[in-house]
Amino acid sequence: MVIRRTVTWLDARLGGAGYARRHLDKAFPDHWSFLFGEIALYSFVVLVATGVFLTFFFEPSLSPTVYEGSYEPLRGVEMSEAYRSTVELSFDVRAGLVMRQIHHWAANVMAGAVVVHLCRIFFTGAFRRPRELNWLVGVTLLLLVVVNGFAGYSLVDDLLSGTGLRIAYGIGQSIPLVGPHLVFFVFGGEFPAHDIISRLFVIHVLIVPVLIATLIGVHLAVIWRQKHTQFPGPGRTEHNVVGDRLWPTYAAKSIGLFLSVAAVLALMGGLLQINPVWLWGPFLPYTTSVPAQPDWYVGWVEGALRLFPPWRLEVGAFEIPEPFWPAVFVPGVTIALLYAWPFLEARFTGDRSEHHLLDRPRDHPVRTAMGVTTIAFYTVLFFGGGNDVMAARMGVSVEGVTRVLQVLVFALPALLGVVTYGWSRALREVSPPPYPSAEDAERASALGHPLRVEDRADTAEEDTRQEDPAPSRVRALAARFATALGLTALAAAARAAFRRGRTAGRRT
Amino acid sequence: MTQWVRRKHTEAAATVRIALALVAAIASAAGVTTVYALGGGVQLEGLFLGTMLGSLGVAAVLWGKHLMPGEPVVEVREPLASSEEDRRVVAEELGPESVTRRRLLRALLLGAGGAAVAAFFFPVRSLGPLPAGALFHTPWQRGRRAVDVEGRPVRADDVRVDAFTTVFPDGHVGSADGQAVLVRVQPGLLEGEAADGSADDGLLAFSKVCTHLGCAVNLYQAEEHLLLCPCHQSTFDVLDRGAVTFGPATRALPRLPIAVDEQGFVVALDDFDDAVGPGFWYRPE
Repeated sequence: MVIRRTVTWLDARLGGAGYARRHLDKAFPDHWSFLFGEIALYSFVVLVATGVFLTFFFEPSLSPTVYEGSYEPLRGVEMSEAYRSTVELSFDVRAGLVMRQIHHWAANVMAGAVVVHLCRIFFTGAFRRPRELNWLVGVTLLLLVVVNGFAGYSLVDDLLSGTGLRIAYGIGQSIPLVGPHLVFFVFGGEFPAHDIISRLFVIHVLIVPVLIATLIGVHLAVIWRQKHTQFPGPGRTEHNVVGDRLWPTYAAKSIGLFLSVAAVLALMGGLLQINPVWLWGPFLPYTTSVPAQPDWYVGWVEGALRLFPPWRLEVGAFEIPEPFWPAVFVPGVTIALLYAWPFLEARFTGDRSEHHLLDRPRDHPVRTAMGVTTIAFYTVLFFGGGNDVMAARMGVSVEGVTRVLQVLVFALPALLGVVTYGWSRALREVSPPPYPSAEDAERASALGHPLRVEDRADTAEEDTRQEDPAPSRVRALAARFATALGLTALAAAARAAFRRGRTAGRRT
Repeated sequence: MTQWVRRKHTEAAATVRIALALVAAIASAAGVTTVYALGGGVQLEGLFLGTMLGSLGVAAVLWGKHLMPGEPVVEVREPLASSEEDRRVVAEELGPESVTRRRLLRALLLGAGGAAVAAFFFPVRSLGPLPAGALFHTPWQRGRRAVDVEGRPVRADDVRVDAFTTVFPDGHVGSADGQAVLVRVQPGLLEGEAADGSADDGLLAFSKVCTHLGCAVNLYQAEEHLLLCPCHQSTFDVLDRGAVTFGPATRALPRLPIAVDEQGFVVALDDFDDAVGPGFWYRPE
């Protein structure tokens, strides 16, 4: 009764009941790999909720003060208001530490979910027409998330994040022509300028979150309009969407996912320590924390800085300092290629048709191999960012680790790319793309939407994809065996790493 | 018939599970409130918050899977594009003739718009000072004493062989660009150019700001006389005018020419022999 009266009241004023009637049973395809985007979204909600709490206690100011709180080792120590308010929040505000840790874990989880979601979109070809727009929005969201994460943990003005800001200043300074002007304007003068924390605060709390929220809205609106993609399967064609009804089933499951993500983040925030800034001490420009690593999503830039050869370019009275290439040029090319990918692939494959059915990774071996190569490249860079930690842990010299990684950063992606290509092709031979069957064709006709000629299995020969040679039994068996072996090895390695790595680098 | 019975059976089982989950949620909520009232504690707060949200989440998912319509729906994909006619009319209407036909006015309109946008960027200049020569100068100058982090002047005798200490220009303790390291090597090790700017047979001063990206070079391998930056492992040879021996840096650590005054304190003879810190476009000038 209450619901009926509410619907009537609202509809009389806004008139949305007709639209709702048509869309309450909107179909949402169900697959576990479709959840990563939602995980990122729900992490963002947790970030905003915990972030608001934090803003009530954090002082975004570099004015000097003396700590007199309950953490004994820092009592009487001079520090900025920013650092003091963070330490006080952690020890003297009830629920302060759990909120801070949930917030930091949620940032790392959101960045991870966005990256995994991007990989899912990439490997299933979901960025193809008509979804190039959403790809562009998504890459922008990735950049904004990374920027906001860096800004957030740099606000605390502790020795570790302050070292990161110093490095960021030096990187900005290295940009040709405008570098020094750019950093003097952004930071407010020569390092350590006194405006950076209050400016980062506005960026972190207002500007970027508003941009992220707006772009998430655009992202979801485009999905709503274009309808979600789906994997090929029984009854699924390029001209329909099969899935759970939006209301109440999909909504309930989605709310359940949101609560589960929030639950995991709460457990992590309470039980897993992260960024214990009271151990690093306040930032001082005349010392450095040892070792010093950024949060994981910036690790690849740190690795590029450590592995890149010392190339400084001097041209007369000017120079391009060495950090420019690994920290400005390489990320710039990365971002440009990310944005351009859907258009590059469309040009190279000549495929400009609409796609609403997803590829399995094996259906497009070249794309899959290139994706694996790229991921391997940035992963080796990521490990390069911890070359000193690895050297200490393994008891070898930093020089040795660096040299090995400098070779690996090219060798490993190339090797994995070749292996992935062959593997995908072999797997594809074993299990050809599942076209709709004759039953699906009948069912589609019964619904009043007969399958187009191209969709039907019996006309599969007309497929414009490459003709595969007749599958070889030996290769097929080898592919199955290799997959099983690979997955087992991965599982074992993950278990071992988790057991060993639990005490490793709590820095983030 | 069996299908209906099975569905009812799973529904009953699911109802029990959902009920249990909701009870767990209530208990966890009570737990969080109790922990908070008793003074808090990060592990228990997180644990109870987690179990509360998790139980609610489990309840929601089970409800969606077992108590709500589970048959998939099929939606038809209508073509996304509108009709040719619509597109043509919209394109025509968006470019009103009063603009498209007057070329001079259109060009001036674009120019004025661009100029306005450019003008709006000028407040950027207020964000900070111009670098000018700031990056080339530090507070060091001839006759300025070296002081430690407490502000006390440093005596040359206080720096033992293979020791390394951080110093600042007198009156600028904590200076980010003025920070320097004083190292003493064994007498007789410094020869030729390497001894330039040194004092007291073995006492040298270098900028502490790494020439790669500005981290403080706070590690010293005394046996090999190497200053090491912990950020990206740039390594500088004290016996070779601070030249780079490993790592991504490309410029030697700038040297501070020093001397020992009549009272035995360390004083500077001039500013550093190069711009301190990371490189920049017009540094070679």
